[in-house]
Amino acid sequence: MDFNLSRAHLLIQKMMREFTENCVKPIAAETDLTCAYPKETIDQLFRYGVMGMCIPKEYGGADADDLASAIVVEELSKACASTGDIVATHNGLCCDPILKNGTEEQKMKYLPMLSKGKKVGAFALTEPNAGSDSSKGTTTAEDMGDHWLLNGSKIFITNGYVADIIVVFAMTDPSKGNRGISAFIVESSFPGFSVGKHEEKMGLHGSPTAELVFTDCVVPKENLLGPLGKGFKIAMQTLDGGRIGIAAQGLGIAEGAMQEAIEYTKTRVQFGKRISQFQNTQFVFADMALAVEAGQLLTYQAAVLKAAGQPFSKQAAMAKLYTSENAMKITTKALQMFGGYGYTKDYPMERMMRDAKITEIYEGTSEVQRMVIAGALGVN
Amino acid sequence: MKIIVCVKQVPDTSGKVAVNEDGTLNRASMATITNPDDLNAVEAALALKDQTGAEVIVLCMGPPPAEGMLREILARGADRAVLISGREFGGSDTYATSQIISAAIKKIGLGDEDVVFCGRQAIDGDTAQVGSQIAEKLNLPQVSYAADLKKEGNTLTVKRMLEDGYMTIQVQTPCLITCIKELNEPRYMSVAGIFDCYSMPYEVFDYETLKDDPLVDPSTIGLKGSPTNIFKSFTPPQKGVGVMLEGSDKDTCDKLAGTLAAKHII
Repeated sequence: MDFNLSRAHLLIQKMMREFTENCVKPIAAETDLTCAYPKETIDQLFRYGVMGMCIPKEYGGADADDLASAIVVEELSKACASTGDIVATHNGLCCDPILKNGTEEQKMKYLPMLSKGKKVGAFALTEPNAGSDSSKGTTTAEDMGDHWLLNGSKIFITNGYVADIIVVFAMTDPSKGNRGISAFIVESSFPGFSVGKHEEKMGLHGSPTAELVFTDCVVPKENLLGPLGKGFKIAMQTLDGGRIGIAAQGLGIAEGAMQEAIEYTKTRVQFGKRISQFQNTQFVFADMALAVEAGQLLTYQAAVLKAAGQPFSKQAAMAKLYTSENAMKITTKALQMFGGYGYTKDYPMERMMRDAKITEIYEGTSEVQRMVIAGALGVN
Repeated sequence: MKIIVCVKQVPDTSGKVAVNEDGTLNRASMATITNPDDLNAVEAALALKDQTGAEVIVLCMGPPPAEGMLREILARGADRAVLISGREFGGSDTYATSQIISAAIKKIGLGDEDVVFCGRQAIDGDTAQVGSQIAEKLNLPQVSYAADLKKEGNTLTVKRMLEDGYMTIQVQTPCLITCIKELNEPRYMSVAGIFDCYSMPYEVFDYETLKDDPLVDPSTIGLKGSPTNIFKSFTPPQKGVGVMLEGSDKDTCDKLAGTLAAKHII
């Protein structure tokens, strides 16, 4: 058992630290304040091969692995969870299911667009009445002979109003329940596709979340992703992998908040001492560091298992559950270290705390993660 | 077309500087970085590669651990790396270093349209001598302090930054250019570059590789071949905190003049 990162993973970490420090951190507060999609940053991440990084070279990617992908999201999220989210969604929820389930023609067409072609990806499963119970979706896809006709709407879609290519789940046979769901690759330029409401959220202000509306949306026959009726399975498998990205995001937010708080307590003087000199401060940081390190081990383990083609569903759920709940706890305690200053927008703590909350909710709530873990234990 | 970029691994001066008893730098105990100006030289080479498809060869003289830095430059987009390394080369000053690097460049070979890029100077010695010495020894035209650069055919138009202005000159290839930070913004490593860099062409030139070149003579390389002797290296004591005067009125000026006069500076 080797707990050391490989030479390549260390370089990915180094590159992303430098990139985040120079290009992401300086605009994180403004991105949050203005709710602006960080387009320039994402363009740069395309340029350096971060967007679509796990796509094999023959399809235009960098042939990176899942651990590298997790490290990227972790490092970005230390300074800006919105940027981490955009990347995690593109790589984990759009590129990955096309790579794993696409036909050769689909891979040749879409994967180069999602890497070298700078097209942003999204994943559309959730509907107003189908959240955690995602099998209850009502968006339909009707077989019209030479094309599919999609009708319905999807909500809370990350990258929603910037995405060019979206993996969409729709009922092809409502009588079959889960087995009646199929997956489709939809381009935002297809007739009948439109973007609905842009969500105003508590946090992740730079991450563009929107409703997607399909009104007699014409999807070519060949854009069915995977076999007919296997959409639910594809969605669940994709979310298993996507959870590693969210685990990395939660981990990054926690690490970023802890680091900010450590620096602050070394300079803030109260009662004649730097507050880092108080034992309470030291013990709080010791506990934070413990949770960060444990979360990192869980996250990296899940990523390594996925890369090796081994079962990872339980480990990904554990990693996501652990790091997201700790992201919330750690940002809360880190903000407390700043006292009143932490509650103001002069410091990044309130943003980090707002951003942390979503990690306990999306790509499976904490409760869903516990269901997955209990299921893996055979407790039912 | 070929572009050779000379780079140096230097101590990270944002950390603590460690000095050996004999006055030389204790490099082993200090964190290292790629010399900042050299990254501008790398970027200049990669930008020319983007434009012309030239091959970029990165060249470094240093101890074996400098391989890590060279791999990082391959990950930024260079095609080939050469490390010049050998006990015989240890302790070289700028004169001896430029003898050895010049021999290595001759070994790689420089064609009619090729260019050598160097950083202006390294942050450890701050001499700014090696680039120019290489040009002299290879009989190449050189342009120092490049702040802007264009290549058309075999002609490079270079804007040099001087203390009191700019000088734009044209030079024919093959030539040597030393680069400053105003020239460009160095790119990051790319993900694909990172996953490829350890399988890319990497060579080590040792004494055996270069010994047949007349520039590499025991009397002109290493500590023995170095005319420079280091008397002492030390971390300068911290200066006291300065005093800030604010305002552009006469009173403030009088106060400034009075303070300087009291210290016998004026």
